[in-house]
Amino acid sequence: MERPLTKNIRSDGEPPSLKEYEHAGGYEALRRALRELTPQAVTALVKDSNLNGRGGAGFPTGLKWSFVPMGDDAPHPKYLIANADEMEPGTFKDRLLLEGDPHQLIEGMILGAYAIQADVAYIFLRWAYRVAAERLERAIAEAYANNYLGHNICGSGYSLEMYLHVSAGRYMCGEETALLNALEGKRATPRSKPPFPAVSGLWGKPTIVNNVETFCNVPHIVNRGAEWFKSLSHTGEGGTKIYGVSGKVKYPGAWELPLGTTVREILEEHAGGVRDGLKFRGVIPGGASTEFLLEEHLDVKMDFASVQKAGSRLGTGTMIVMDDQTCPVGLVHNLERFFAQESCGWCTPCREGLPWTAKILQAIEEGAGQPIDMQRLMLHTRFLGPGHTFCALAPGAMEPLQSALQYFREDFERHIREKRCPWK
Amino acid sequence: MEMKMISFYIDNQPYAVNPGLNLLHACLSLGFNLPYFCWHPALGSVGACRQCAIKQFKDENDKHGKIVMACMTPATEGTRISINDPEAHHFRASVIEWLMMNHPHDCPVCDEGGECHLQDMTVMTGHTYREFRFPKRTFTNQNLGPFVNHEMNRCIECYRCVRFYRDYAGGRDFDVFAAHDHVYFGRHEDGTLESEFSGNLVEVCPTGVFTDKTLKKHYTRKWDLQTAPSVCVHCALGCNTIAGERYSTLRRIRNRFNHEVNGYFLCDRGRYGYEFVNSEKRIRQSLIRRSRDSQPEVASRHSAIEKLGEILAEGSPVIGIGSPRASLEANFALRKLVGPEHFFQGVSERETRLTTLALKILQEGPARAPSLQDVQLADAVFVLGEDVTNVAPMLALALRQSVRREVMTIATRLRIPEWDDAAVREAVQQERGPLFIATTGSTKLDDIARETYRSAPDDLARLGFAVAQALSGDAPKVADLPDDERALANRIAVALKGAERPLVISGVSCGSEALIRAAANVASALCTDDRRAELCFNVPECNSFGLALIGGESINSAFERMVHEPSSVIVLENDLYRRANRAMVDAALDAAKYIIAIDHLENATTRKADLILPAATFAEGDGTFVNNEGRAQRFYQALDPKADIQESWRWLQDPISTIDRGEAEPGSNLDEVDLALASELPVFASILKIAPPANFRIVGQKIPRQPHRYSGRTAMLAQLSVHEPKPPDDPDSPLSFSMEGYEGEPPPSLIPRFWAPGWNSIQSLNKFQSEVGGSLHGGDPGQRLIEAARTGLKFFGEVPHAFERRSNEWLIVPLYHIFGSEELSVLSPGISERLPNLYIALNDHDAARLGVKYGGQVELDLEGSTYSLPVRGRLGIPEGVAGLPVCLRELPFVDLPAWGRIARM
Repeated sequence: MERPLTKNIRSDGEPPSLKEYEHAGGYEALRRALRELTPQAVTALVKDSNLNGRGGAGFPTGLKWSFVPMGDDAPHPKYLIANADEMEPGTFKDRLLLEGDPHQLIEGMILGAYAIQADVAYIFLRWAYRVAAERLERAIAEAYANNYLGHNICGSGYSLEMYLHVSAGRYMCGEETALLNALEGKRATPRSKPPFPAVSGLWGKPTIVNNVETFCNVPHIVNRGAEWFKSLSHTGEGGTKIYGVSGKVKYPGAWELPLGTTVREILEEHAGGVRDGLKFRGVIPGGASTEFLLEEHLDVKMDFASVQKAGSRLGTGTMIVMDDQTCPVGLVHNLERFFAQESCGWCTPCREGLPWTAKILQAIEEGAGQPIDMQRLMLHTRFLGPGHTFCALAPGAMEPLQSALQYFREDFERHIREKRCPWK
Repeated sequence: MEMKMISFYIDNQPYAVNPGLNLLHACLSLGFNLPYFCWHPALGSVGACRQCAIKQFKDENDKHGKIVMACMTPATEGTRISINDPEAHHFRASVIEWLMMNHPHDCPVCDEGGECHLQDMTVMTGHTYREFRFPKRTFTNQNLGPFVNHEMNRCIECYRCVRFYRDYAGGRDFDVFAAHDHVYFGRHEDGTLESEFSGNLVEVCPTGVFTDKTLKKHYTRKWDLQTAPSVCVHCALGCNTIAGERYSTLRRIRNRFNHEVNGYFLCDRGRYGYEFVNSEKRIRQSLIRRSRDSQPEVASRHSAIEKLGEILAEGSPVIGIGSPRASLEANFALRKLVGPEHFFQGVSERETRLTTLALKILQEGPARAPSLQDVQLADAVFVLGEDVTNVAPMLALALRQSVRREVMTIATRLRIPEWDDAAVREAVQQERGPLFIATTGSTKLDDIARETYRSAPDDLARLGFAVAQALSGDAPKVADLPDDERALANRIAVALKGAERPLVISGVSCGSEALIRAAANVASALCTDDRRAELCFNVPECNSFGLALIGGESINSAFERMVHEPSSVIVLENDLYRRANRAMVDAALDAAKYIIAIDHLENATTRKADLILPAATFAEGDGTFVNNEGRAQRFYQALDPKADIQESWRWLQDPISTIDRGEAEPGSNLDEVDLALASELPVFASILKIAPPANFRIVGQKIPRQPHRYSGRTAMLAQLSVHEPKPPDDPDSPLSFSMEGYEGEPPPSLIPRFWAPGWNSIQSLNKFQSEVGGSLHGGDPGQRLIEAARTGLKFFGEVPHAFERRSNEWLIVPLYHIFGSEELSVLSPGISERLPNLYIALNDHDAARLGVKYGGQVELDLEGSTYSLPVRGRLGIPEGVAGLPVCLRELPFVDLPAWGRIARM
């Protein structure tokens, strides 16, 4: 099977240099697009390919690009930003791409920038990804030296400046509007939409923010076409997906597979299944802020629509596996403590509600839970919903809690009844 | 402008509102009690607190709906919402529950209690029972200076404080720090808040995080305060206030909303300058001095009036010196007593000339004097010679809003509603409309100016004349103007000409008549058939224009008369030593037969007086002031003063009635004085419309100064007598010194406090406005006395020559300080703490030439006196010019600008 995203990634870890990337076919898409395609044609191509955003929300990428005002009257400068602030717990797919093949991202970004006629591009990188930072800096410098960035790219008349921006390190920056605020040097709190970033984004100008993995698909779509891209997938949504697995499995890791591969295949064929002596109990399929899937869901296809139908979200496609020897209360408590700490503090339900759930879970875990706690937790999962809070952080935080209360209710109640953690 | 109303549905009932509002604004304006925190009519919506949650439905068939925030949702035609929806109601109660998790149980000891928006919203949502059993987060507090107390544990993180301080008021030294449930609002370190508007935090904050630190020193619960509508006395803008008293001491000043004037905010001088009313320097008894060398002795009221009568009957002419800080009624009563030909405006010759000219320009010229609300809407502004932040602080706050007007189109083009404050500011970024500031040195407003120009007053005037020349061929030409100044003048002219509401601001601060003429020329040149320009003149004191409208010659003329013809003199609320140099005042007073001083506080003049009568301050009497817009506004007595203190006009009425009728009669009331004033000086005719007369009643009742929860009435005086005394009578107004009276909404000029059932905080103001944020029901208080003439004014000629430096002299120009230049506010302990030290400001090249470093001492020889002063720099002060702070600390009056010698000590 074809693995366009990871084909250049070497097991020794060193990324291909620009020359090596070109030798493997890199930057061909960019040169051809600049020669033969209009910006609108690139957007149309990406639209046709059914590429959905790989950051977690799954919004159709081409459609997002089409919201940017084009033409002579459009405001300038326009911006294109790669959201490389990969901080969703359990997620490490972008790290693989950033460290393994930085030029792939850069080429994808230049193509995207060309499509929306952006003047400046930023890679907003998570602080902790030090190796990726070095490699991206080197790759950007190489791209400039080879006239893929800067003034008059490949003699096309199109110019683009690209900068690497390393963030100060908060989960909230993964939210695209908080990212924009952070990039502007302001507090990383989100903005309300409308207006959308395509209309008023970075510095109030038209801006597109996409995930790293999303951009990495673009050169391949331009090279091979929309139909080819669609054919890679097992579903109507286009392309491959980098899936990951963590937890107590035999071979935790990341693999590029057709979009729509089942949970079972990823878990058992690639991750080797749960470690000996342990039994599979559940999995959070798309990073911490998604709902649990159980044994009965193992044959669900890992694409946006199918996972949603099963009551969860594809999210980032990196799974966290829970075995039968791991306390679900402890697992959820760990996640909620993370979310509470990462709350930006802007809106009341998230700022106050998340610490409350974390404190309750801690009490339950320590054997100090009370029966009324179950209702309080349920109420939070209802009230910290989309539209009730200012952004999606809190609703995301409630996803694992809500499904844990649904599927593992008895475990919670045992803690409360027995005044201890039965797993310890 | 006709706006087509839109109709929308609340709980399936149709309602109509103006277009362009968000749903919270619309619902509140319709009278619904929808709780909220982070929205503020002046600050717009940000959607942070989530308190205003309502249900929105797609159409009539949608039975489920979704929760949205009312403040972030536009009210459009056909919108369907529910406020009472059970889920929305439960969610709103949860928001309070979340806020209460960490909120300390401080209510009994918290200053905000009784006027706390959080208390009101908690009750409104119905949340009661605490389920959260874990420890609360706490903070350490900061010392933010003498005005604002800091108690962070009470914070509900509504972000209003930082949005007001930074976004609205342009402050830099206050911010929000940290994240999640530990966000902290304060400074990077302890220290006095630098913004001149920091006091508004105590009203903007919906809880007790920021409270009035001066009130804390003599704390009283809101419901125990006796209040009355008042007007600020510390500058000429005339912001409306509410004075609150208890036990005959003034406890605090709070904002009184007037949509045309101050809106929701006050400056710190206005909010905290009140403590002079309680000062130990107050004159509380009449005093009679037997001879010029003896000490004054306390006299009874009867003796004082007798003495006054004696002096008036003695035979010498009696001169009356009025005051720009005394009310219209006081000045008029004095004028009536001594006769118009013996009445003098109690200000310097220069100030009299300049103020009179400014008034004439407004009355005869085509440009209109703007209200502060009008200033906020100006889309191009030219400031000529005024350090607005220090002389008229609330004008500076209005200008900070005005520079958002022209560039608001950036947001509207992107279809961002104006109330979506964060989105507007993001789209507009740092773009601002045109504001040009031409002054003698840097000012705090410079950070929002498109361009600044700093030079000596004559050069500022020349720039003004050049702008007028660029606007109109008929305006006088400025010869020999350097190219870059000509180019600047042209840029200013282009910006003003291209605006829909251009505004010119000037005033008497520089002491330059040429400047005022130049400003008038610019404004006249801008007035065309389809556009009126606005012209705002700053004058120094709360009744400067009122006094000028009454008329009379200057104090210099009075002194000349006194020196040539021995007279008695009645000095009304005026320290003459602040109006002329010492020698001149001494000579006049020494020549006087008898000196009568009517004033609140001891000063150099009262120390020379033979008869001293205790005058009521603004808080202890009634009267009318005319602000710099020409708006006549009424202030009412809040406290019944002890002893013999009464309004100045009452002291002056007694002898009038004694003389007229030959027997002592009880003094007439305010209405009678106003009637006489309006009929004798027709320019004041409209003052009779400011407020209903003293005999006004609503369903037979007066309007109570005390809230219905006022406590301690009988206990307060029990140590004197257990018999309950009759409440003092108020012959001057429909207000009573009592809890009893009409509980509903009085006419706007008589509103003694804002309160409504369930709304104990200042947010109750919503119930008094037709549309929240707009005018009060029945119109905003005050009557404009001056309107522009339809016909134009001829252009003023006499362009001054360019400023020329002198080899061993400097042109000394006046500099102003919000804390320090104004006579009364400096007696407040908090304000006196913030007075700058004495200094003289020099250009750094001049300092270098003199061989002085900043901080070094120089000797200034000025108008016959020598001063030893440390040198301070002031950005932009030109070479050859030096700045002296007006009347700061012990610096005496100097008639500036004037030439002086400076030498290193």
